[in-house]
Amino acid sequence: MTPTTIAAAGNAPAPATVTGSLLAALATGLALTGTAAAGEPLTIYAPDYFASEWGPGPAIEAAFEASCGCEIAFVTGDVLPRLRLEGDATPADVVIGLNTDDAEAARQTGLFAPSGVDTSDLTMPIAWTDETFVPFNWGHTAFVYDTTQVTDVPASFEDLVDNHPDLRIAVQDPRTSVSGLAMALWIHKVFGDGAEEAWAKLAPRIVTVTKGWSESYGMFTQGEVDMVLSYTTSPAYHIIAEGDATKKAAIFPEGHYVMVETAGRIASTDQPEEAQAFMDFILTEAFQSIIPEGNWSLPAKLDPALMPEGFAKLDMPETALIYTSAEAEALRDTVVAEFEAGLR
Amino acid sequence: MTAGPRLGRLIGTGAAGLVAAALLVPLAAVAWRAEGWSGLRASDWAALRFTLWQAALSAALSVLLAVPVARALARRQFPGRGAVVLLLGAPFILPVIVAVLGLVAVFGRSGIANVALGWVGVEPVSIYGWQGVITAHVFFNVPLATRLILQGWLGIPGERLRLAASLGFSSGDTLRLLEWPMLRAVLPGILLVIFLICTTSFAVALALGGGPRATTVELAIYQAFRFDFDLSRAALLGALQLAVGAVAALLTLRLALPSGFGAGLDRAVPRWDSAGLALRVQDAVAIALACAFLLIPVVLVLSDGALHVTGLPAAVWAAAARSLAIALAAAILTTGFAFAISLAAVAPRGGWIEGAGALAVAASPLVLGTGLYILLLPVANPVRLALPVTVFVNVVLSLPFALRALIPAMRDLQADYGRISASLGLSGLPWLRLVALPRLRRPAGFAAGLAAALAAGDLGVIALFASPDQATLPLVLYQLMGAYRMEEAKAAALLLVALSLGLFWIFERGSRDA
Repeated sequence: MTPTTIAAAGNAPAPATVTGSLLAALATGLALTGTAAAGEPLTIYAPDYFASEWGPGPAIEAAFEASCGCEIAFVTGDVLPRLRLEGDATPADVVIGLNTDDAEAARQTGLFAPSGVDTSDLTMPIAWTDETFVPFNWGHTAFVYDTTQVTDVPASFEDLVDNHPDLRIAVQDPRTSVSGLAMALWIHKVFGDGAEEAWAKLAPRIVTVTKGWSESYGMFTQGEVDMVLSYTTSPAYHIIAEGDATKKAAIFPEGHYVMVETAGRIASTDQPEEAQAFMDFILTEAFQSIIPEGNWSLPAKLDPALMPEGFAKLDMPETALIYTSAEAEALRDTVVAEFEAGLR
Repeated sequence: MTAGPRLGRLIGTGAAGLVAAALLVPLAAVAWRAEGWSGLRASDWAALRFTLWQAALSAALSVLLAVPVARALARRQFPGRGAVVLLLGAPFILPVIVAVLGLVAVFGRSGIANVALGWVGVEPVSIYGWQGVITAHVFFNVPLATRLILQGWLGIPGERLRLAASLGFSSGDTLRLLEWPMLRAVLPGILLVIFLICTTSFAVALALGGGPRATTVELAIYQAFRFDFDLSRAALLGALQLAVGAVAALLTLRLALPSGFGAGLDRAVPRWDSAGLALRVQDAVAIALACAFLLIPVVLVLSDGALHVTGLPAAVWAAAARSLAIALAAAILTTGFAFAISLAAVAPRGGWIEGAGALAVAASPLVLGTGLYILLLPVANPVRLALPVTVFVNVVLSLPFALRALIPAMRDLQADYGRISASLGLSGLPWLRLVALPRLRRPAGFAAGLAAALAAGDLGVIALFASPDQATLPLVLYQLMGAYRMEEAKAAALLLVALSLGLFWIFERGSRDA
């Protein structure tokens, strides 16, 4: 715990009224913002998982601070709504963790500056042309199963949709979860006009649709479902951290939808040099080598020889599918409607 | 009326006004920040219908199941009764994700209930669909209902039961003449609070609802906010939710009647009317079933974590310390406010105050948090205020529960001791010390314990505001799950439950010994 939080927490209970406590809280806040101005750290908005103790954030923070001699402070939460609420008043200097399906809405805030980062030599299966957002990690959406439970593994997406009546599947809601939205886009990409029908055929086997990834994955590890919507890299956690090789991703020849997470620089930043330094840091080996075991996903630019050993054991699809951020934004209402109609 | 309570009532009215403002101002802020007005969609009305009927059914079932359990606990003494009463509260404070996994471990496809049914050749039951949503809501709220009804039972003066015994009352007579009037006084308020909790449900409804059919208003708010960034729709839906809550408050609180037992001397009295074997079996079955339904899911999910508690990293313990500080602050503030508000609510024309106090639970946490964020943004960095704001929101959201415990007790206090206090000229601090505190310490301790437990387990606002060094225990739990660390997450859940129940126990215990 930092002194800041102790001060903030300790001030609340003392005053006898709510107004009192709010005023005291405001005063504390103002005092703190005042004192912070001297050596202000670079403010980076990040999703909660990214900056948590168990995400890649702390290691990246240490590596960057060592390389540039400056300080960064992560601010967590749902970054896109927060940016939209704050608009021009945003205290953020850099935003990390926006995936391509969210990026267009972020771009439309007009808050972002061109990244100025060379994205030509990426180790990603898709071409990258976005000049605002820099990709830092990616992964294929996939259905993960337990080899001791599922022996008749679907050979393709079509096979999964049409056959395998006994499989029980947990997925995430496209209205609340980025991975859920990725699945809706994936189905649209693979089945086109038949997307709603594909959802309808899956419906009897979709045991439940959860708000986020954690609930679904928890049900999977507990043995409640046979398959869970997750990523091709999920088995790497079980292989490397648990020495368990029984979790696998079903690989579909139609291709797998790719989720790419990106970072962008806020144009109005009061620390343009540090912000740019961080942007330039993203595609360096120091940053990228933290991604595989820090985020259990694939780095955007890393020599395959530097990947941890366990990742070589993963099954990987040959075809990567993706919509550009503009396409994904335009399709969002359509694919959510397909999901709603198909499962109704 | 005496002068002492008058000042208290003034504070109480002010506090109730503040609660009303805390509900409406953030809502207005969200509406004000909206760009253009979009109105509601057809799917929003479908969400409202689902929200209302599942909440009504969940509330009715929770209360229906809680009455026999509370009655059994009220009239039986057995070794470990205190522990049973304490542990039965666990589901109410469980983080949603943990409760869902616990219920799935029991009622899921491979859950122990279905395995047992399979042995006797019965088709498995499915927990997914509307029945799962209701099951989960009943699981969460039976503990609350039981505790609140139990408070009512313990409030029946021993003298009345003694008199009943000397008149040869059967158990049925006691029910009709003593217990029913008590239930009539407390049940409407309890039904209301549980109905309102269930209207703001979101993650539970999704996880066990099985898909878009189980869409609630809160999910529509989330969608409007997160994906469409349509603040006008979010505000409209938030207002709709509050309006529904207000109508429900008007309907139910009219049904409540004071129990009118008169004062007693607070002595525990054995229940001569219920010594029969059949009644003892009935009570034993009620308690055993409640324990099975409420505790097995908790035990199954938390036992996975027991081995990992000692290995939890320092960050989890730091988060636990933060949650503890929030819980203590929320408990003290909530109890103070609830005391003042209930004083104002039992005064003539205090009905709106009781309504405003109950309504807080119908406020959309998302709209409340977003509204506060918009309000704070021009004056301060909201992220630095994450913890005080969390305390504030928790005080507002815990008040309805605290008031459910305090208002009936305060009403009896005024009816029984109002005149004698007035004739003795007792007012101010002496009134508080000699009349109010001794009579109200039990419900006040309960309210403090509940507020502490709720605040310790709260995730709502901190997830919107926090920076990594401000994470609370529930937030850390979700972070662990998000990083594949299910076992450690369950250990954190165990820690959270221990912390919440510990706080609850200390406050309640303390109030009894005071």
